[in-house]
Amino acid sequence: MTATEAGGHAATVEFDHVTKVYGAQAPKRGTPGAVNDLSLTVAAGRICVLVGPSGCGKTTSLKMVNRLIEPTSGRILLDGVDAATRDVTDLRRGIGYVIQQTGLFPHQTIGDNVATVPRLLGWPKQRQRERSEELLALIGLEPTTYAGRYPAQLSGGERQRVGVARALAADPPIMLMDEPFGAVDPIVREHLQNEFLRIQEQLARTILFVTHDIDEAIKMGDVVAVFRGGGVVEQFGPPAEILAAPASEFVARFVGADRGLKRLSLMRVNDLSLEPAVTAHVGDDGAEARRRVRADPFQYLLLLDASHRPIGWIDQNHVPASGPLHADLVDSTSPLLDRRTTLKDALSMLLDDLVQAGVVVDHQGAYRGLVTIEAVMARMRDTAVEPEFPATAPEVDDQAVAATSATSTASRP
Amino acid sequence: MIDWGWMGDHVDELASRLVQHLYLALIALTVGFVISFGLAILAVRRRRLYPPVTAVAGILYTIPSLAMFAALVPITGLSLLTAEVPLILYTLLIFVRNIVAGFDAVPAEVIEAADGMGYPRGLRMWRVELPLAVPLIVAGVRVASVSTIGLVTVSGAIGDRFGGLGFFIFEGYRRGFPTEILFGAVPAMVLAVVVDLVLVAVQRRATPWSQPVGAAVQGDSVTSRAVASV
Repeated sequence: MTATEAGGHAATVEFDHVTKVYGAQAPKRGTPGAVNDLSLTVAAGRICVLVGPSGCGKTTSLKMVNRLIEPTSGRILLDGVDAATRDVTDLRRGIGYVIQQTGLFPHQTIGDNVATVPRLLGWPKQRQRERSEELLALIGLEPTTYAGRYPAQLSGGERQRVGVARALAADPPIMLMDEPFGAVDPIVREHLQNEFLRIQEQLARTILFVTHDIDEAIKMGDVVAVFRGGGVVEQFGPPAEILAAPASEFVARFVGADRGLKRLSLMRVNDLSLEPAVTAHVGDDGAEARRRVRADPFQYLLLLDASHRPIGWIDQNHVPASGPLHADLVDSTSPLLDRRTTLKDALSMLLDDLVQAGVVVDHQGAYRGLVTIEAVMARMRDTAVEPEFPATAPEVDDQAVAATSATSTASRP
Repeated sequence: MIDWGWMGDHVDELASRLVQHLYLALIALTVGFVISFGLAILAVRRRRLYPPVTAVAGILYTIPSLAMFAALVPITGLSLLTAEVPLILYTLLIFVRNIVAGFDAVPAEVIEAADGMGYPRGLRMWRVELPLAVPLIVAGVRVASVSTIGLVTVSGAIGDRFGGLGFFIFEGYRRGFPTEILFGAVPAMVLAVVVDLVLVAVQRRATPWSQPVGAAVQGDSVTSRAVASV
């Protein structure tokens, strides 16, 4: 992957008393999308999530960075340079921009879509094509298959990934992402989030990320700015701090009563020590596998394909006493988890599928280990902290309900 | 009832009238499109110009064609201009409406993405909006072509030198000779259908992105939306 070698760097983004008022004649503070005296600094190479209810000014704040919206007053400094002093098209070509509906050009192929900014910058054709192929590979879409397709021929998740690739094309130091994974179903979203975190580990760009989903904010953000209506930032800090010590009742309410569960979003599958499964590959000898699985307390054999990708579980009684193993023997499957999957998502998938263990795979889909509900619960107990902000009465009920359901399912196996 | 022998004797004349028909229609469509495109761009950029532009084009469209040809004769004589001006004016409403509708149909998020990535406005219009407006623009060209090919026959009212295939219709009517009327009318209809089919093919080639290609995209919501917008 040569993306990091392309020479990009991250930039700091600083909002300096930025205000946006709509309706110049009769300014009203409460107008949806207005922003009131916003000051915050995002360090280079970090993901800052702007989160809040709709109309709270988070998207307005984002769009003031690439000047799709001009501030009424205040400055936005990018690496110390006031964005307002820069040529607007130059500025925008240096800032990656990803939106919820992707905004891919329907009349251009995926390859051309990804090469949009390089083309605007006048890169040689050959270099545009190479860059486009490199990025498609980075987001896991085979260039020979995808470069020539049109957006309408891709799934929603694939289009969102292309949107990210397009934003990365000219290697911008800053990326603006407006609900970039908002238009896909939860499982695809979880996958896209993990994939994006993997890419960000390599590229370390400065990212402003807008979402209304507090779980996404906690998962994606190095820092989180919680917006209240009218573009006021109620709290700005690392996700753990926002969960452990909400700065106000608004934040506590927005974060929700189930902060115990939400803390699960702070932890990743990566934070657990994975448990091993008894595994065998397609074509392996049944007798030997049968002996091993019978010796293991967990009564299932995990069958893998030639690339170590899990196919599914075989009950120990269904493992043939002789002959090779094959895919038709599989009785059941488990949800596949990534090491970046949050424990909240992992637990949710395990409960949804009523299974005892999730299979952790790497980004090529190869088997890494198992995560069990017990392991998640044990990790929770180890890191438990008392909530510091008093919850109001009805919220206590919610919390009690959440806790009860978690305990009862955990004791099920 | 139909005098096939007469038809056989007049095939050469049919060919030259057919060429004239196409020529008259093509001039009207080309000039009409160029004028309409300018007006439509103006209306897209300055929205408040759109209602007056369509109002004027709409009023012109309501003038009976025979009356418009007749009204022009004292001014422009029995010239090509007299034949073309009404034909051109009748295309304006169809073209302007469809071109504006084409630009309006460009998804807002595509425009936002283009702006966000640093497209200057003019480039955005030519490289992003215009290609996406093509399906509706071509739809307008199809309607205008069929209607203009029909109207060219009426230009025969201003004299033998015009009218294309309409010449036979006027002649046949004057002489009470149904064969000659059909000799003009049927080829004019066939011509309209053929031109329409050619335009459909042109649009298919010009917008490969708007058609599902292969089974893999069956049922994809965006594909069906793109097709529906055609």
